[in-house]
Amino acid sequence: MKTLLLLCLNFFKTGLFAVGGGLATLPFITDMSNAHPDWFTKADIANMVAVSESTPGPIGINMATYVGYHMFGVPGAILTTLSLTLPSFIIILILAGIMEKYSENRIVKAVFAGLRPAAVGLIAAAGFSVLLIALFPGYSGSTVFDMSGITALFSWKALVFFAVVMAATQLPKLKDLHPVAYIAIAAVVGILFKF
Amino acid sequence: MQKTLAERWKLALKMYVSFFQIGLFTFGGGYAMLPMLEKECVDKHAWTTRDELLDIFALAQCTPGIIAVNTATFLGKKQAGLPGAVMATLGVISPSLVIISLIAALLKNFADLEPVQHALAGVRAAVTALIFASVWKMAKGALKDPVSIALAVIAFLLVALFGVSPVAIVLGAALAGYLFFAVLKEHGKEGDA
Repeated sequence: MKTLLLLCLNFFKTGLFAVGGGLATLPFITDMSNAHPDWFTKADIANMVAVSESTPGPIGINMATYVGYHMFGVPGAILTTLSLTLPSFIIILILAGIMEKYSENRIVKAVFAGLRPAAVGLIAAAGFSVLLIALFPGYSGSTVFDMSGITALFSWKALVFFAVVMAATQLPKLKDLHPVAYIAIAAVVGILFKF
Repeated sequence: MQKTLAERWKLALKMYVSFFQIGLFTFGGGYAMLPMLEKECVDKHAWTTRDELLDIFALAQCTPGIIAVNTATFLGKKQAGLPGAVMATLGVISPSLVIISLIAALLKNFADLEPVQHALAGVRAAVTALIFASVWKMAKGALKDPVSIALAVIAFLLVALFGVSPVAIVLGAALAGYLFFAVLKEHGKEGDA
């Protein structure tokens, strides 16, 4: 009982301080393992990351669920996930209220006029890094100048498939297809052609 | 336009279903959910606009927590108050709870299975294309003047080539927005008069 409470407290802390999403929760989980070696091992963490990245859902949520289930079964999974979610839930509720109130403010409008184009650039950059991973399976660097994965095999299959999907999203009949349909087809294509 | 509590709960349940789908088909986290969000929240239900999605992503980038959760909470609160925030957030985390618990119980070597790896490689290539298609649509709406175009290009280059932290980009862009669109425009107006 005491351990469960401590575990939830640790995930609450992670939710409060892990900024940016994706694998931002990973350093916190490594810290937990260092502070409480009896909770889970480094090998457990490697397995968690692999499972979290290969299943649907936000990676941070997947990791929290995995740790919770690993230690306390389904109740643990639910409690750790809610603990991780709670801090940002509260913060966003407050922020959303403030934004509704000041959305017509001249300065707020100007700030968002600057944020929107930057967000376009950020999302494009994120898409670009996923593209590098898709085209060079085994690539592990984070920027173009990071050549740690340059020897990784180039995947022609991935490039062709990327181009086909890109073209499909611009065709009049296919462009309104639900992303779910693309994802389902992509999984089948990946298995059939051994990507 | 005040909704009654019953109307809010009805909408909140609808949001639970939508965000459950979004959580279920987001592979890789973060921005991979953008095409799903766009389809469900902009095209299908008109809960938000492409411009507002960009605002939320920029905010979520520099507030703590998982971006997918932040977006769900924000849109839920805006559309249906507290019930909406609770249900949309629970919706986006529910699929993970079920799937991860099942895998942790039954299939610990799930990630090493060969078909899983092939399927994921295929999904990754397709999701990348979907992300670029979404970005293109958003760019058409949000990049209408030279300053905006320059901001987007600079943000992209700094992150993609030099690995600058997105938090720094968001803070810099907020300042640039204030300077260009509030301070300079004000001066421009005085100059015209």
